[in-house]
Amino acid sequence: MRMTRYATLATLAAGLALGAGARAQDTVKIGLILPMTGPFASTGKQVEAAVRLYIARNGGTAAGKKIEVILKDDTGVQPETTKRLAQELIVQDKVAILAGFGLTPLARATAPVATEAKVPMIVMAAGTSIITNDSPFILRTSFTLAQSASVIAAWAAKSNIKKVFTIVSDFAPGIDGENSFKSGFAPSGGTIVGELRTPLQNPDFAPFLQRAKDAAPDAVFVFLPSGQGAAFMKQFAERGLAGAGIKLIGPGDVTDDDILNGMGQPAIGTITAHFYSAAHDSKENKAYVEAFEKANAGMRPNFMSVGGYDGMHLIYETLKKTGGKVDGMAFVDAAKGMTWTSPRGPVKIEPDTRDITQNIYIRKVENVGGKLYNVEFDKVEMVKDPGKK
Amino acid sequence: MQPLGYQTLREHMRARSAWKPAEYLIWLIPIAAWFVLPTHLSLLSQIAIMGLFALSLDLLLGYAGIVSLGHGAFFGLGAYVAGLLGKYGWGEPLSGLAAAALVAGAFGYVSSFLVLRGTDLTRLMVTLGIALMLSEVANKMHWLTGGADGLQGVAIWPVLGLWRFDLYGRVGYAYAVAVLFVLFLLARRIVHSPFGQSLRAIKQNERRMHALGAPVMRRIVAVCTLSAAYAGVAGALLAQTTQFVSLESIGFGKSADVLIMLVLGGTGRLYGALLGALAFMAMRHVLSGMTPQYWEFWLGAMLVLLVMFARGGIFGLIDVLRARLGWARA
Repeated sequence: MRMTRYATLATLAAGLALGAGARAQDTVKIGLILPMTGPFASTGKQVEAAVRLYIARNGGTAAGKKIEVILKDDTGVQPETTKRLAQELIVQDKVAILAGFGLTPLARATAPVATEAKVPMIVMAAGTSIITNDSPFILRTSFTLAQSASVIAAWAAKSNIKKVFTIVSDFAPGIDGENSFKSGFAPSGGTIVGELRTPLQNPDFAPFLQRAKDAAPDAVFVFLPSGQGAAFMKQFAERGLAGAGIKLIGPGDVTDDDILNGMGQPAIGTITAHFYSAAHDSKENKAYVEAFEKANAGMRPNFMSVGGYDGMHLIYETLKKTGGKVDGMAFVDAAKGMTWTSPRGPVKIEPDTRDITQNIYIRKVENVGGKLYNVEFDKVEMVKDPGKK
Repeated sequence: MQPLGYQTLREHMRARSAWKPAEYLIWLIPIAAWFVLPTHLSLLSQIAIMGLFALSLDLLLGYAGIVSLGHGAFFGLGAYVAGLLGKYGWGEPLSGLAAAALVAGAFGYVSSFLVLRGTDLTRLMVTLGIALMLSEVANKMHWLTGGADGLQGVAIWPVLGLWRFDLYGRVGYAYAVAVLFVLFLLARRIVHSPFGQSLRAIKQNERRMHALGAPVMRRIVAVCTLSAAYAGVAGALLAQTTQFVSLESIGFGKSADVLIMLVLGGTGRLYGALLGALAFMAMRHVLSGMTPQYWEFWLGAMLVLLVMFARGGIFGLIDVLRARLGWARA
């Protein structure tokens, strides 16, 4: 029958498209939900590797409790799946702490579960300011877009950049980034000559970059989620924006350490503001990078990995403070105000917002011994999230 | 075959539509699941919802023979209607379902006139196109739908004012299964009615139905509307039980998933849709639990094998086995 053949064909096509998501007393279970497949799998890989590394370096117990991590894949694009996995982890696996959360929509959809179950939720990656407002049980160890974007805006205004064209990914962090950049840049006399938003999934940057080039700005401000930078950089070079003397600036997501080295020549000279670079000069970071690369077949840790690593640190240290108890609010209260020296530098969990305060570094992509790195040349110390009202 | 008189025809249709013992057993499964898998209820309710969604496509594809690669559009539309109602102060679940059915059905009615033009391949393209357009509209209307961030702050009232949606998913599950059961009964009644029979006839030979003087166009419009309304209810159920609507619910992925489920289970037999949804979702859950990194590979491999060796889906396979064992086909 003809119909059946089409149905089979359609199924095959659809199948192809699919290929393209009683508490033990002496154990603390952590439900780690990350995008391990799909377009944001690199975030999942980095965070998971860092979590495992932390446990390997600091032992499998904290405050006398065995730490057990249960990993779940939410594919990165289905917030209802993330939410369901969080529910299942709490109800079936009896996890005491939720952690991970690769992207903002995933974290926001899960926030009500944390509130209802009174389970602490450690956001290790997602970067929109509002997330920590969604539940009093949320603690964040990554960053906010507003932190990086406001710092690069101030730097641009000081550095003789007058006209900027902004290109951001069309979801909450992108819009946060765009707003913080504008509110930091425009009052210092800069002009935004154009603003565009690219779709979150499968973006083609060519037409956006052409529009940017036609507007002849001094610089293009770009925010893309971790992992999309390589394609952008390639198009940036192909469209001849660098040749036309247009600088590339932004938060550090676009020059993600995980893929930076593969971007080659076009990436050199890109100036970004961010909280972590694998090239950060400190003994903590040297040891971290070395151990990370050794444990993961040479994979370079990126800023997402540090969010995961510090998330585990926060869990371990808080458990030590509470004597191994994870009592929802008591745990969160114990975590508030905590400070430590991370591979990224000094960090603090703000007691009132439960968000992270950290140094934001200004970096330039350079060739260091044949490899590309974000080399830090300036910093703003202990930046609080400017996105909180 | 002997020509049938009117009386015998009626009896024949009655006999076909009578409940078989196996069917009673099938509906005991969701009740048993409540007791056997009390910690998996949120997954089970999503299976019931996808089952309803696959059922809606079965009405269209399995009975009327209209292929669609854009059924997710109606699902997503229903989800957004129920979600937006919940967000803006009307969280009553049942009326939310009705509103979703109305809006999705109306959209199905309008778009059916596009589906009428052309044959299978054209229909695939048209339905796909409509779904892509709607998905982009939902993405761009950030102020209303939340775009890629999803619709936050959906508050759904207790079901019938009595049962609040809980963390364990008990109420969500019972609610989803109850809605699925009622709509299944209705669908079952419809496909065994003269209207349902005429749909099958259209699928078998559309030209002959024209020649017989049957109102083919009206029938197709009716089934498109009905199927869209069903899909809308499924979407609304998902929005209400998860209290969240993502852009993904209207995306191409949903349209693809539902088609896979239906073909996996077997088209044109209602239960195939339910079984397909169960098999697909369970497979996905188990595989992604076993290998969070590589589960898509195994899922893909299983689907290819099933399509190659089990034509007609799981039910097709069952039929073949029954024939081999010498049992008559029920």
